[in-house]
Amino acid sequence: MMVKMMENNFTRKLYQVPYLLWIVLFVIAPIGLVLYYSFLDIEGHFSFENYGKFFTPVYLKMTLSSFWYAFLITAISLVIAYPTALLLTKTKHKQLWLLLIIVPSWINLLLKAYAFLGIFGTYGIANSFLQVIGIGRQQLLFTDFSFVFVSVYIFIPFMILPIFNSLSELNPTLIDAAHDLGASKWTVFRRVIFPLTINGVKSGTQVTFIPALSLFMLTRLIAGNRVITLGTAIEQQFLVTQDWGMGSTIAVFLIVIMVLIMLVTNTRERGV
Amino acid sequence: MTPWAKLFLVIIFLILYAPIFFLIFYSFNSGETMYDFESFSLKWYKELFHDTRLLIIVLNTIVLALLAALFSTIIGVLGALAIYMAKRRQTKNLLLSFNNVLIVSPDVIIGASFLILFTMAGIKLGFSSVLLSHIAFSIPIVVLMVLPKLSEMSPSLIDAARDLGASSWNVMSKVIIPYISSGIFAGFFMALTYSLDDFAVTFFVTGNGFSTLSVEIYSLARRGISLNINALSAILFLFTMLLVVIYYFITQRTKLNGMGVRKR
Repeated sequence: MMVKMMENNFTRKLYQVPYLLWIVLFVIAPIGLVLYYSFLDIEGHFSFENYGKFFTPVYLKMTLSSFWYAFLITAISLVIAYPTALLLTKTKHKQLWLLLIIVPSWINLLLKAYAFLGIFGTYGIANSFLQVIGIGRQQLLFTDFSFVFVSVYIFIPFMILPIFNSLSELNPTLIDAAHDLGASKWTVFRRVIFPLTINGVKSGTQVTFIPALSLFMLTRLIAGNRVITLGTAIEQQFLVTQDWGMGSTIAVFLIVIMVLIMLVTNTRERGV
Repeated sequence: MTPWAKLFLVIIFLILYAPIFFLIFYSFNSGETMYDFESFSLKWYKELFHDTRLLIIVLNTIVLALLAALFSTIIGVLGALAIYMAKRRQTKNLLLSFNNVLIVSPDVIIGASFLILFTMAGIKLGFSSVLLSHIAFSIPIVVLMVLPKLSEMSPSLIDAARDLGASSWNVMSKVIIPYISSGIFAGFFMALTYSLDDFAVTFFVTGNGFSTLSVEIYSLARRGISLNINALSAILFLFTMLLVVIYYFITQRTKLNGMGVRKR
């Protein structure tokens, strides 16, 4: 009887095996392996050499500049996306407009980046425009300007969506109340609308900042070797230099930064 | 809305769509460049459809996506059930946190760590390693699509079925699975699009022999402008529109909260 019951219990738990196996093999093991490899030097011996190397000016400068670019991209995206989301909520067919914002976010990222190879090229449409207005041809491709521009272009829809969602959840009577109490438009925005939609801004920041640190294909295609982000450095170490130890060390730092950002932008629901 | 506000929105939409239509426009160029439009021609499309290597890659990509979506949906549904059935709250939260790790991790990290994993495990890089990683990164999204459906299901449904003498298997196949079917379908669809769209992870774990469309586009684009890619992007744009429409109907049917943001 007892055996039968245990067997029953065992078969009932059997369905969990594939999922738990997935957690062990593809969630825990990979993180463990990255951590393990970060302590191996290029010959495969245990050492702290990679961490020492990471704290040399070369890598610190790279990390800082990667941060700076990610910050710039996030800030510009936010400045463009917030008013767009705000205006979208005021349109008549807002679900349709929202769908139109979503469509570009579904197009393969590489194709969007490739489009800018044509637009920013030496004889591209952007340069023709610059020539018409009298500035003359410039080197646009493979500069940090084009990297920031293309990144902002790619991340805008991802920034708009969460902000739009939190704006739609905003109770409009609160805005009316603020107006009735004599608040100016700017005050209403600063004291009522923005604070109540901060969760949307936080999730938008999350989905922009972390990819901006790590999307190596954008820097490779658009910025040439002008911009090295953390993601580019990892790809470089793993696939070009074949120094998996150093690549893993940078990956460990990227994970740490990611966790920190998640903690800062962690959205807690607050009822209104 | 003031005219200025309208103008602002129009400009944003122009900026968002201009590069895409720019690409498609030049796919009809009979010339070789993306700045000098000589005359209208379909020659790049013809070339595309005669490129057997590329067609095989497209086929590979589709087969891979279907297989990855199928397996990740099966394991994801089992996972969602495991999380739903977990009795203790801590177990539930722990499983959920593990589930979300791959969703928030940047693709480079997933790619790099899977590369180490496959090399250590002695799995040859190629179709199997790419398929395994696509299944792996699609599972958590399936779980997240199915779980809300499970939690909104009333437990008395299961109790009623048991009282009427249904076996565990019957409860599963006749009550639970039909109830969560829209979530399963949404999960399958999302897994499919994740797999079709993925570049970074595939780039790390694909060897020399196997390539997907994204990887192929990347290596073509690194070589510079080739209007082949433009023709390809026009076709993919139409295909993407189709996916968006399907996605729209799925969100309407499952009433997911708001419109989902795709992970990058």
